[in-house]
Order: sequence, then structure tokens, then C-alpha cells
Amino acid sequence: MSQSSAVLTGTIPRTRWSPRGSLLANELRTMFRRNRNLALLGALALIPVALGVALKVGTHRHGGDGGFLAEVSNNGLFLVFAALSLTLPVFLPMALGVVSGDSISGEAAQGTLRYLLVAPAGRMRLLTVKAVSLAIFCLVSTAVVSGAALLTGLALFPTGQVTLLSGDSIGMGAALVKAVWITLLVAASLLGLAAIGLFVSTLTDTPIAAMAVATGLTILAGILQVIPQLSAIQPWLYTYQWSSYADLLRDPVYLTNIERNLLIQLGYVVVFGAAAWARLTTRDITS
Amino acid sequence: MNGDSSAISTSGLSKRYRGGQLAVDGLDLRVPHGSVFGFLGPNGSGKTTTIRMLLGLIAPSAGGAELFGQTVDAAHVGTLTRVGALIEGPAHYPYLSGRANLARYDAADRTADPGSRATRIEHALEQVGLSNAAEKKAKAYSLGMKQRLGLACALLQPRDLLILDEPTNGLDPQGMREIRALITSLASQGTTIFLSSHLLDEIEQVCTDVAIMSRGRLVSQGTVAELREGLKARLVVTTPDTGEAATVLKEQGGADVRTDGQRVDCDAQNGLEPDVVCAALVGAGVRVLAYGIERPSLEDAFVALTGEGFDVAE
Repeated sequence: MSQSSAVLTGTIPRTRWSPRGSLLANELRTMFRRNRNLALLGALALIPVALGVALKVGTHRHGGDGGFLAEVSNNGLFLVFAALSLTLPVFLPMALGVVSGDSISGEAAQGTLRYLLVAPAGRMRLLTVKAVSLAIFCLVSTAVVSGAALLTGLALFPTGQVTLLSGDSIGMGAALVKAVWITLLVAASLLGLAAIGLFVSTLTDTPIAAMAVATGLTILAGILQVIPQLSAIQPWLYTYQWSSYADLLRDPVYLTNIERNLLIQLGYVVVFGAAAWARLTTRDITS
Repeated sequence: MNGDSSAISTSGLSKRYRGGQLAVDGLDLRVPHGSVFGFLGPNGSGKTTTIRMLLGLIAPSAGGAELFGQTVDAAHVGTLTRVGALIEGPAHYPYLSGRANLARYDAADRTADPGSRATRIEHALEQVGLSNAAEKKAKAYSLGMKQRLGLACALLQPRDLLILDEPTNGLDPQGMREIRALITSLASQGTTIFLSSHLLDEIEQVCTDVAIMSRGRLVSQGTVAELREGLKARLVVTTPDTGEAATVLKEQGGADVRTDGQRVDCDAQNGLEPDVVCAALVGAGVRVLAYGIERPSLEDAFVALTGEGFDVAE
């Protein structure tokens, strides 16, 4: 192909959109091929395995302290719920904080942001692609925990009827469906933090600062959550209803807190998504 | 093509950074279609800020810039698909291969056809001589290879305008020659080239037009020949008989005769016939070791316009 003057006509040829060739597909490939992100997902997958092994080895030593952990030795499927309840407060947000905090600031720091923008990617389009890929990371990271927990649970513990928190029993098939729903809910619980991370990431050209803020925030929210004097602001924290997914294990499902959680996440996505848009579409790219 | 518009035109383009520093001050730049345009200036003179404003990366605080008659800003970047750019050095994803880096940049361009992507990437890699290292991770690239990959990125599509900031930076002499040849061949096919460089002989070799910036302002703009005309050529005689030579030059009407060691020189203005002067020198018994007209280089013009100072501009 020669450097012909075909484009000199001024008409920009529109090409048909292809899912495999799109920027989003490329972003996802880049995200899930990067060693750092694979290491994060690998570490997340190890947690339920370690938990399962620890429960298997230690199960005879104590009678259990209630909750999901105690149930695991009776039914391997409960390892999914136990693993999610263990990773949601710290490990999942930490992995997401790293990836979301790095999303724009990482591009800025290595200078690739300016080349993406002059490609031209379009600032709004780039932000949308980053946001969607972060949402997909939320889902994938949660699914990795669930998947690893399911496999470990099935391998190490007996299966059968699952006794719900409300006392009813359901079959394995129905319980698996519930596990999928819970995975989706936990992933959705992370969306608010993803939006915050994305916004913080547009503020700076120093990824490590954005990652520190995005991961630190969840620790801060966790502290605020346990100070009784701050009860007025607690319902506004994105972590406020993080444990609501357990309500799916009741029959009938208790929806109030789940809806509330989704509403909180939506609020954070709208507010911080808009802030990220306002910031990225107006800022001078000097990196 | 809008026949009347330049490839690049700016009017009163200015940028004042938040600190209050005026980086670019009322720039009126016109880059004609099809030119190879050299953009010169000392460090800190505002070249990079200007290039970033042209590409919509930085919003001007006053004035505006147009590429092919269309405004480019953060929200209007469609025109940039006709532009390939190398801005302040290349930048890559270190954990991706050279080929994957190009695929990512190509995917970022909405108008790029994914169907022809592989072929276009191959062609771009070939043009910059990087085909053999395409599968290597970019972090394993040498400085010169990174520079080539950056150029390949600018060449992913047929472009009407290439904005190249220091394109030969970090290249070995062969690489410099290849890139210069590439630029010349692209220009001969009608691509407008906007070339920022510190290497003045490089500019002199490839550019038809040139603009010089100093402290945020444009101090000169025109063809390379016009710029040189501002400086007078000198007639230079090398001889052991400096006293006699100086006398002869004065007799022949040479103005501003100066003697420095074995070198005697004077302004080579129009009235002075070099052959006549030479004959006169020989006739007067001056032993001439060397004789000739010294044309001022672009470097002389550059220094005359921007000053001798070594310190970076404030």
C-alpha cells in the first residue's frame, strides 16, 4: 500500500464495526494478558483454595464458629459463599483498586494516553471503553473467586441439599443458580468503587497515587462503617450494603437491602462517572 | 480537499499554563500543503506545547488552530485520522510486542478498518525496518527501535500530514539516513511533513519551509532559502599574506574585511565578482591557499534569530 492521497478527498471512510477489532476488545485483551493483572487474578483464585484446604485440615479441631465457614464442611457449595464473604471486604476491592486506579493514569504515565488520543480514540470513547472494561474486570475477578471456590468445594467436601439461612432446603441445581446470582451481585457491589477508581485515575499522571487512593478508600470506608457516631453518613458509603448478597440465600429472597445496594452503586457510578468525564474531556494532556 | 486551506494554520494561538507562564504567545503559523516544514526553536521555546495544541491534547488559552481547515480540540478529533504524529518521543506498552502495540493504536482509531489491520501493520513495520523485531516485547527494544516503532505508529494509515517531533532521536547514522529518505519519499507522494528537530543540518537537508520559535513567539517563517538570504555570504581567502590580501579585498570593494589568523574574509555582496577578485589577489602576489564563498548555514540563521545564550528560555 502506498501513501496514496485517497484520504485527501476529505471524506473519512466509515468502516464497519467489528467486535473483535474494536478498541474494547483490544482493551480487554490487553487487560487480561498483562502479567500484573493475571497475578492479581491468580492470587484471588488461591484464596478459596487456601480457605478450603484450611477448613478441610482444621475441621476436626473445632466445632466451627457459625456462618458460612461452619457450613462448608457439610456442603462444598458453601465454600463459594464463604470465599466471597472473605474476599469482598479486602481482596476484591484491592485488586480492583489497582486496576481501576491505573486505568487512565497508567496510560498517562507511560505516555500512551497521548498516542491513543491522537489516533484518534476520542476522549469520551476512551473513557467509556475503560469504564466497560473495569465493569468486566469486576465480574471476572468475582467469578474467579467463585469458580475457584466451587471447584475446591466440590473436590474437598460433600455435596447435596443446601440449607438456606431461612432454614429451607434446596437442591444442588437451585443452589448453583443462587451461586451465580450471588457472584453477579458481588460483582455489581464493586461497581461504585470502580467508578471512584476511574475518576481518581483521571486526576493524576502518577498511577501509584491513584492506586493507593482507590485501595485505601475501601479501608477508610471499612473504618467509617464501624464508628457508631458516624451512623448518619454510613448509609451513603459504597460499602454500606456489601453484605446484602447473603439475602439471596433466604427463601423467599429478601430484596430490600439488595435493591438498596444496587441503588448505592448506581449513584456512585453516575456521580463519579460524570466527574471522570468532566475531568478527562477538559484536561490538558501534558504527559 | 479544501483547496484554499493550509495543512496547518493557527491564528493568535496562545497558551498560558496555570502557573501564569506564557508558553506560546500569539502564534500565526501557516504550513502549506505538500511542504516539508521545519519547526525549530531552542529548548523551552514552546514547540511541544504548540504541537500538543495542534493535536487537541492541550486547549489553547487564546486563539485557535486548524488542520486542513478544521478545528481540532478535545471534542473534535475526527480530522486526526488524517494525521500521524510522533510527540515528544515514542510511548509504548512495555509488556506488549511491537506488533501488538501497533494493533492497539490502530484499534483506537475508529476509522481504521480492522479487516486490513494486519496488512497495514506489516507494511508500517516494513517501512521503518522493524519487521524482524515485531514479536519482541517493546520493553526489550533499544531506544532506536522504540523510535522506529513510534514512526510505524504514525504510518499505520496513509496520512495527509505527519507531525514528527525529533523523529531521528536515538537512531544510529544508518537509521537517520533511512528515516530521512522515508520522509523525503513520503513528501514526494504528497504528504505534508511538519518536522521539529534540533538537528539543523537535518532540517536543511529535507525541509522546504521553516519556522523558528523563541520564547513562545514565532521569530521567523518562510522558505529555507528566504531564511538564509537574511544572512550575507562571505568571501573567504586563506593565505599567509594576510595584510596584502586584506588590502586587495578593500581595493576590490569588499565591505567589512576581517582578518583572523590565515583567514581573510569580507561580505560577498552582489558587486563583488569572485573570479575578478581572485585574479587581483594573484596579480598582487598574494599566495592563495584556499579561496571560496561561504554560505551561511541554517545554524547561523538560527543563532542570529534566537540568540547565543546557552541557558534554557524562562
